[in-house]
Amino acid sequence: MQKMDQAKYIIICILVVSVCGFAIISYSPTASESAASKGSVQIIKNKGSDTMVNLAQAWAEIYTGLMSTASVEVSGGGSGTGVAALINGTVDIANCSRQIKPKELELATQNTGKTPQEFIVGYDALAVYVHHDTPLDKITITELAKIYGEDGNITKWSDLGVAHENCPSNKIIRISRQSNSGTYFYFREALLGKTQDFKLGSLDLHGSKDVVEVIGRTPCAIGYSGMGYATPEVKMLEIATAPGEPYYAPNLENVLAKTYPIARPLYMYSLGEPTGEAKAYLDWILSPAGQKIVEKLGFVPLANK
Amino acid sequence: MNILRKKSATSVSFSETVIETLIRLCGVSSIIFVFGIFFFVFREGAGFLFNGLDLVEFLTSPEWYPTSLNNKRYGTLALILGTFSVTTLAMCIAVPFGLGAAIFISEFCSPKLRETFKIIIELLAAIPSVVWGFIGLTLMNQLIIAVFNAPIGLTMLNGGILLALMSVPIIVSIAEDALKAVPDSYREAAEALGATRWQVTYRVLLPAAKNGLLAAVLLGAARSIGETMAVLMATGHSVNIPSSPLSWIRTLTATIAAELGEVARGGEHYQVLFIIGILLFTITFVVNLIADLVIKGIRQQ
Repeated sequence: MQKMDQAKYIIICILVVSVCGFAIISYSPTASESAASKGSVQIIKNKGSDTMVNLAQAWAEIYTGLMSTASVEVSGGGSGTGVAALINGTVDIANCSRQIKPKELELATQNTGKTPQEFIVGYDALAVYVHHDTPLDKITITELAKIYGEDGNITKWSDLGVAHENCPSNKIIRISRQSNSGTYFYFREALLGKTQDFKLGSLDLHGSKDVVEVIGRTPCAIGYSGMGYATPEVKMLEIATAPGEPYYAPNLENVLAKTYPIARPLYMYSLGEPTGEAKAYLDWILSPAGQKIVEKLGFVPLANK
Repeated sequence: MNILRKKSATSVSFSETVIETLIRLCGVSSIIFVFGIFFFVFREGAGFLFNGLDLVEFLTSPEWYPTSLNNKRYGTLALILGTFSVTTLAMCIAVPFGLGAAIFISEFCSPKLRETFKIIIELLAAIPSVVWGFIGLTLMNQLIIAVFNAPIGLTMLNGGILLALMSVPIIVSIAEDALKAVPDSYREAAEALGATRWQVTYRVLLPAAKNGLLAAVLLGAARSIGETMAVLMATGHSVNIPSSPLSWIRTLTATIAAELGEVARGGEHYQVLFIIGILLFTITFVVNLIADLVIKGIRQQ
């Protein structure tokens, strides 16, 4: 009888302790948050574009090293993720490799009471990648549209006039991105305008880096990703807008001269007019010191004012 | 003396009621959670499900264009076929291996070897799915390209093998339990009649344990229908109606995982992803229902 009692009390104790534990765990984030806001270090939350995540990380590391008053928390997930967080009011600055849509702007204003402010922080040239064994160096936007577009009729390497020895099936394997990424939106618009869609059946990978990695392992593949992600296993193609037009390689000069056809601005959005640490951070990013990092990571800095 | 005894009796009955209530709460909570999840998923998707979604197109069209600018199409046929084909392939591999391993472990191997096997199989179950996906993306990709001379190894076969490896431990451990649950008197009786070990297994144990074995297979199948990360990484994630084990596919779960993070809350696309969630819910519900009915049917015979 005594033993039974003891067992029961032990069970009760375990239950009580676990309930208290849960209560403490669920309470502690607010406690640490209040401690952080009292302390001298302010945290800037920064989230969004996968294309920009390496850049944002580099900015954050160097800036945090320079300043003792602010620390920047960076996470990726895609432009849509950043905008979604902006709409929900959970970030200070959202990274975006496409411009925010009017509907999203409206939603953010409605939800948070603050209108997102736009900053162009650099440029990204999308490169078209193939495996380094592919005997092809240049391609036109027209051809790309026929490869990727819904009504396009180029499906084989021989359709491009390429005898691809390392790809016995002769089939072009299209590598694309998940349909919500800013890169996907931009590439689709650059190729097909605003009216057409991509052909189904492409491999929709989940990150800028994955695209380049898979192409590096797949001789039959073609794909698109940021210029900064090139590796020795892949080759970047020179691009012309249409047959007969000059071809341009994806590099700094061509992007700054605006001759390279698929380059786009990179955006950062703050919730409302930036204030305090967020403003200081954005100012620093736009300064020569911040722009130097843009160039270092394979992106294109803003033209010197 | 009398008073003292009375006091301890009330305190015992008090603690007993507390414990009983807590345990009852734990039991009821599982029901609340299931209905709560179903309610939540349904609420998020209901607006568009009853108002705007063409259900026939949703179930029969292979055109999945959720982010088209002027012609959004929400057809999930390719995704449904993707899920079913990769699950079927996985089960074709996992069921013979899993049941075979269970029979070996339970009937044919020495007790010492059995313990080792069980530990190793439990270890197999503990590998996180993202690690499987990584193996698929790198190692299996290369292997399939080399063996089948395929242009790319991120295929249904890749995903199917990974899912099979992931569901084998579940099938083995449940099937082994089912075989262990058959009373030893069955084995002894069969052996006394002169049956060989294989005859005992084939003629006596398998029929006696078939409910448990079926449950093992179905739970394994449920595991592969619900698996997300590994198939997202290994199958190519391509909206494509599968035509062979070497075609690349996309599954329902992977679609939700890849797209839900980047949609505006409450938008059409967001709601469609939740409707896919309802669809997955319905599929597993039907699978479980069929399993229940089959098991009941077997029992009545």
